[in-house]
Amino acid sequence: MAFINFSSGEIHCKVVYYGPGLGGKTTNLRFVYDSTNNDIRGQLVSIDTKGDRTLFFDFLSLNLGRIRDFAIRVQLYTVPGQVHYDATRKLVLRGVDGMVFVADSMRVQREKNIESLENLAYNLKERGLDVTNLPLIMQYNKRDLEGSNIPVLTIAEMERDLNSYLKVPSFPASALKGQGVFETLREISKLVVKDVSKKTLADRQF
Amino acid sequence: MNLILSDQDLVKIERCLDKMLSSSGAHCALLIDRSGQLIASSGDPSTLDVIALSALTAANFGATSEIARLLGEDEFALLFHKGKNENVHFSKIGTEFIMVTLFDDRTTLGLVRLRTEKVIHELRNIFREILERNRGE
Repeated sequence: MAFINFSSGEIHCKVVYYGPGLGGKTTNLRFVYDSTNNDIRGQLVSIDTKGDRTLFFDFLSLNLGRIRDFAIRVQLYTVPGQVHYDATRKLVLRGVDGMVFVADSMRVQREKNIESLENLAYNLKERGLDVTNLPLIMQYNKRDLEGSNIPVLTIAEMERDLNSYLKVPSFPASALKGQGVFETLREISKLVVKDVSKKTLADRQF
Repeated sequence: MNLILSDQDLVKIERCLDKMLSSSGAHCALLIDRSGQLIASSGDPSTLDVIALSALTAANFGATSEIARLLGEDEFALLFHKGKNENVHFSKIGTEFIMVTLFDDRTTLGLVRLRTEKVIHELRNIFREILERNRGE
């Protein structure tokens, strides 16, 4: 649920990074946090376990500048990827305006990626939302492993597994090195703002 | 569904929050929605990251709702955390909003709870109007 404040001229949107455990969702947020300055970002809040696995969510608030008379603020959340934290994933999805699906390029994670995407569709459905109707971006993370001795899925394989039906924009990325992180963020922000404006501001004079 | 607030809506909400502070002796009141967005605030939150506080509050409320469900309750309507100097009181407004009140030892939990009840009633009516209008558009 986007929040539009006509008084202060602000639009607040919520973007959730979803995907299998250890896929790099938190790393995406950390990179964004480390690469932006204090003027545009808030605190990076993490609720994680001692082993650095996300327990509840990570949260980062960013000011993205202005569109017409409105200042755009996006709130980025990650979910815990581990299977048994499904209840908390559902909570974080409350009021979501757009999603980034962070898929793991390691071949051993192939099934986990598919399971997690199915889980996203299922959890959205429980909230009365349709995965095909919300802004969504695919991010194929850990591309820096290409050429190493770890077996990696090709982009074509990942597209076939995850994106043949949805056909959403996708980006290869290495969250650890920062490659593709801002491209993903820029695209999802664009889609979300477009979607929110279409749904709510189209009929208004502003 | 998106939430659209006009200037007048916000003035009404802020007036309620101001009233909450002046009548209870609390020093800061925030109004947030259940997805973690800050809608309005009153008092002096300058030393606080209110955006992060809003996200954490929504999560906290969500988690305790699940606990309530496990216990066979619909939901817990309020939460209270006591610290050495600062206390925080969370109260549900309808199904979509939460009021967060921060107070210290210059007032008491009893007074805060009493005033909260009254203000929540007013806020609930304000939001009912806003949501009905949003639905109609």
